This record gives sequence, structure tokens and C-alpha cells, in this order.
Amino acid sequence: MFTIVNREEMAEGTVILNEIEAPRIASRAKPGQFVILKANEEGERIPLTMAETDPQKGTITIIYMVVGKSTALFKTLQVGEAYQDVIGPLGKPTTVEKVGNIVCVGGGTGIAVMHPITRALKDAGNHVTAILGARSKDLLILEEKMAAASHELLITTDDGSYGRKGFVTDALKDVLDKGDTQMVVAIGPVPMMKFVSKLTSEYQVKTIVSLNPIMVDGTGMCGGCRVTIGGKTKFACVDGPEFDGHQVDYDELMLRIQAYCEDEKRCFEDYCMLKPDYAR
Amino acid sequence: MAGQAAKKEKTPRLKMPEQEPHVRARNFHEVPLGLTAEMAIEEAGRCLQCKKPACVPGCPVGIDIPGFINLIREGEFTQSIRKLWEKNSLPAVCGRVCPQEIQCEGLCIVGKKGEPVAIGNLERFAADQERAHGTGELPPRAKPNGKKVAVVGSGPSGLTVAGDLIVKGYDVTILEAFHKPGGVLVYGIPEFRLPKAIVAQEINFLERLGVKVECNAVVGRTVSVDELFEEEGYDAVYIGVGAGLPRFMNIPGENLIGILSANEYLTRANLMKAYLFPEVDTPIPIGKNVVVLGAGNVAMDAARTAMRLGADKVRIVYRRSRDEMPARTAEIHHAEEEGIEFFLLTNPTRYFGNEQGRLTGMECLKMELGEPDDSGRRRPVPMEGSEFSLDCDLCVVAVGSGANPLLTQSTKDMQLNKWGYIDADLETGKTRKKGVWAGGDIVTGAATVILAMGAGRKAADSIDQYLSWGW
Repeated sequence: MFTIVNREEMAEGTVILNEIEAPRIASRAKPGQFVILKANEEGERIPLTMAETDPQKGTITIIYMVVGKSTALFKTLQVGEAYQDVIGPLGKPTTVEKVGNIVCVGGGTGIAVMHPITRALKDAGNHVTAILGARSKDLLILEEKMAAASHELLITTDDGSYGRKGFVTDALKDVLDKGDTQMVVAIGPVPMMKFVSKLTSEYQVKTIVSLNPIMVDGTGMCGGCRVTIGGKTKFACVDGPEFDGHQVDYDELMLRIQAYCEDEKRCFEDYCMLKPDYAR
Repeated sequence: MAGQAAKKEKTPRLKMPEQEPHVRARNFHEVPLGLTAEMAIEEAGRCLQCKKPACVPGCPVGIDIPGFINLIREGEFTQSIRKLWEKNSLPAVCGRVCPQEIQCEGLCIVGKKGEPVAIGNLERFAADQERAHGTGELPPRAKPNGKKVAVVGSGPSGLTVAGDLIVKGYDVTILEAFHKPGGVLVYGIPEFRLPKAIVAQEINFLERLGVKVECNAVVGRTVSVDELFEEEGYDAVYIGVGAGLPRFMNIPGENLIGILSANEYLTRANLMKAYLFPEVDTPIPIGKNVVVLGAGNVAMDAARTAMRLGADKVRIVYRRSRDEMPARTAEIHHAEEEGIEFFLLTNPTRYFGNEQGRLTGMECLKMELGEPDDSGRRRPVPMEGSEFSLDCDLCVVAVGSGANPLLTQSTKDMQLNKWGYIDADLETGKTRKKGVWAGGDIVTGAATVILAMGAGRKAADSIDQYLSWGW
């Protein structure tokens, strides 16, 4: 059993942090890797990239948004309760090396995934600018941690309630215009990664993105997570989750992550009927 | 005497009762219903008890076939299962999934003139009888010798190694990547062919013997093979992780929604029990018009699963002819009875989809058989201008699997062959890496449950020798 030792609610309760006892995973995990979690016997296997690991304490931290039945079920788990299964660390870690000036662009819960990567890139001697995007101020997460993990922090909100009004790409464009950026890392919703990659390809700046398609096993066995990278099929679970952002077929990915949307909706609605507290 | 022998030959092979095709095609309950004790004794009486049995050499684990059958004939069911256990730790599984027609039953003397003795059905009977009425008494176990063996993968070969070594006194731990043990017996083979309760009971049997089972342990990621030796104190490691890399057709449109590898489709259905969705949380695509590519056992399993999930039409599309289909005869027969159609000598060339990226059909070519290829089977050759299209909303790709590199690439000094399978001695399972054995599909490429078990048996013997006498 994988017991929850700390739990926080963020972004008005739509985003949840769980720190989970998983010593074996914590001792090996590196930034950019993910775990698969399953709440109970009937549960689905859900892949989530780790937001933090603490090898001394033997814990890992995940931060997720409640979007369907499985994440709503995760949300019900309190401190002292446990996930039945946590599998990992999976996927290839982020390549952390000194390249110079790096911009880390995070959107939504992608900021959580971005945090350990940003810190590692800074620790490796890079000058790191972080750009965070959210729909509004209330939905922005990890601002302080990201400020500490970077040299410079820029914030954009869609509605202008905090930071600059607009999208992360607006802030990124200004940084790129300075002409001294060697690399961009972008993690967030697929459309965000698509538009960041589109912009950076105009500036010919190398861009890394982290993909989170539908998966079952996470070990290269099912092929459910196939993505097209530079015209070739890759498995995000073992070949990724990070890829060259300029090579990703985002339109295909956006369709594929919708594969079960009708089933998921039905399942979530059934669950909300049973547990009205979690219907939002 | 002569009269009795003649009478034996005339007794027809007992057909195991089965669910009616139209009923079973829509449920997930096991298809064959098993033999009653009376039926089993009668069928056992058909065995000639040959002095030099032809059947035994056909068994990859060398079961004393006339021996266990004779004990059934005498009504000594407990003794019969003990006889089976001497050579086979998973008789309830093997009785159900072995390709007996090309092994023991294919060599049975009775089968020369009529139908062979139903060896598989009798093996299944003995195991089921033990499960239902047995004493649960464990076989004797040697005194613990303090030596630790890690078994990576809990499929048929890993379970065999664990079962063999635990009774020899070793401290055995199975490491399984999934959240549930059983490997292909759990994620691959469907409930209607191998009920999961049976697999769970076989594993429980090993646990009662003292085998430790650690799930969620992805060797190569959660822990490496070298760390098993250096940090966790194991004296030997057996790798039986299966093939585990799905092959696709590599034709245009393959990433449309509605095209799944058989691994994914069956894992959703079997391991995740998605056929119960929304009672369980994992969904599975429900096709009305389903195409399964390939004609092995996995393809039959996928096709029959699709039918049970409510398809109107399920078609097997296979590029060779009926004679080359690799599936067990019984599976092909069951599939046909359940209304699955066969499009033989047919090969898809591309998929069609709609604006939502969902599969709507495929283009196929007709094939004809040419000269034999490397596999000895006649090579299918496309017939020019024979293109036609097939409508479908779900396609399951069951054209085989390759070697999953996750463990092998993260293990230093592991020698692989050109296809990525582990280079291991086929007689002992020894790899080129000290203290490491391997067997089953990760050595041979995708094969059968019983061949993997045979490899496990040989490796267990070799590990025992090594840990007793040295490498």
C-alpha cells in the first residue's frame, strides 16, 4: 500500500497535491519521470509525472487536476489512506545539462511537472526564465516554488487577473526577441505546447515538451500511448515522455487523448450521482 | 484380452460439454464446462497404457501421461494430481491452453485410427477436482538453504521456476511489473478460456509454499538486475518477462482512434476487467464492426472478446490460408461456432478515418500463396489490382510481438540476439551474464505457455546446480 502522508488542495480545490510513501520509487526517480497510480481494486491506471521526490523521506509527490472519475476518486483519499498501486519511476528522465539560457514554460498542472525540471536545470548552471500561465489568478499554482527554482519569473493569465494578460506565448515571444535563448521546455495542455513549439520553431530554438497520452501499462507493452514524432510512431511511455516539440504531431495527439471522452463522461456522471459532494 | 483391446478402440472420445455457441458468444464465462468424474474415468479407460508411450516425448515438461491417466481410471484423483505436479506446477492452466493436438495428443497411438485420448481434458479434470475437493495439502519442501532467487515476471515460466525452487529450499521472490501477478495468464488469455480465479489459486498455492510475490516492481526501472544482486542480496536472477512489444502493421492511418494492439485490447479486457465498465473504471472500445488482424491464439482471443462485448460483425483478416493459421484447432473451431468470419489470403494496406480521427475502414489486398519462406510456410504474394475496402470501427492488431527492450537495455552485459531477445542457452537458460538465467518468450520470441514452462523447468534445474556447485 502507498500511504498518503500529506495532502493539499490548490486552485480552489480543483488541483490536489498528494505526497505518497513509495521509498523504492523515491530513491530512483529523476525529474521528468512519471508514475502510474491506481486507487483501488476497480480503479483505472492513471499516469502522472512526479512533481517532487524525497529520497530521504521515501516519498513522491503528485499534483493533479480533477477532470474525471479517477481523479475525483483520488481526491477522496485523505492523509493516512493509501493508493492500492503506484508503479514507477517510468519513462526517460529529462536530459539535464548546461546549455546556457533556458526558458521553462508551464501551464495549468504542467507547472507542477515543470518545477523539478526547472530546479535541476538551474542547479546545472543554466540561466532559467520561468513563464507560468493560468486561466486566472485563483488557478495559478506553485508560484513561490517556481520563483525559487528560476532566476526570473513571468506570469500570464487569460483574464488579466494576475501578471500579464494574455497567453504564455505572448511573454515567451518577448523573451525570444532578445535572441539569447538556447532552449525552451514547455509542459502544459496540448494546445499550449503546440503553440509554444510553433513560436519557437519560427525562432529556431530547440524545444522540449512532455506528453501525457492515454496509457495502460507504461512499460511499452500496449502501444496505447503512440504518438507521431517526425513522422515516426513512438511510445510516449518508454521513448518519452519528453520529445522534440518541433517534431510532435499535436493534432493527432489532441484527437487521441479524446478516444474515451464519451465513456469518461458517462463514468464521471455516474460517480457524481452517487457522490454529489464531488460534482463540480 | 484381444476382445478388450478392440472394445477400447471403439469407445469414442468423450466430448467435453460446452456452453452453446449462441449463448457463450455474449458472455465471459468459461466455454468448456469440464468432465464429471464418471466421464473422466470413462475417457481414462481409452488410454492403452503403452509400455513405451508416444505421448510423453511430445510434452515439453515430460509429464508421466499414462501414469496420471491410470490413476484417474482407478478413481485415485488425489494421486493423479500428485503425479501431474511432479512435472507440471500449473496443470489447471495447461489442461486448458496447451496445443495438445501438436504435442501429446498428436502422438497418441489411439489417435492413429480414431481420435486420441483427451489428455488435455483429463489433465484439466484432475486439477479441477483437486481445486474443488482436494485436501489442499502441500507437497514436501526441503529445508530452507538461505539462498535468495529473484524471478522477474510472473507468467508461466516465472511461476514454474518459483514453484520448482521453493520446494528445493530456496528463498524465492517474484517481481511483477503489473499490479497483479500471472503475466499473460492474467492480462492476455481471456476469462472465457482461462478463468482468472484459477490463475489466482495457482499463485496462492505458490505463496502458501513460501514464494513471495512483489507487484508493481518494474525491473529495469523500479530496480535494476544489478541492484538485485548488489543491494538486495539475491544469489541468482531468472528473467521471464515475456516478449511484450506489440507489432503493428506500419501502414498509413495506424494511429487512428479505434486501432489497438492486441496487448492493449486484451489487457483492458482481462487485467483491467473493462468488460464490466462502468462497474470498473477502465473503458474499452466497443466495436460494432470489428476486424482482427492475424490468426494466432491471440487473434482468436481478441475476436471472441469483441463478439462478447456486443459486436455485430467480427472478422479475422489473415494474409495466409487456413492451413497456416497458427492458432490451436480448438480456438479456431470455437471462434467459427461463435460467428466469427474469416477473410483469408487478405492483407490490409491502409486504414481510413473520419475528421474526429476515428477509424472507419481499411483497404485490403487479396493474396495468393507463392514459394515457401524462412518459416517454411508458403509466402503470401499480393494479387495486383485486387484492392477492396472493408468497413470497420475497431481494429485489433494481433500480428505478433517483439522483444520489449525495457529490462534488457537497462542491464549491463546482457547479450541479445539480432531481434533483441536474450541470448540464453536453450538447455539450461543460462545467459552470458553471471548469475542470470532467462527463458520463455524473451528468449524464444512469442510461443506457448507450455514451452515457457519447459524453459522454466530447465532453468530451475540449472539454477539449483549453480547455487549448489557454482557457475
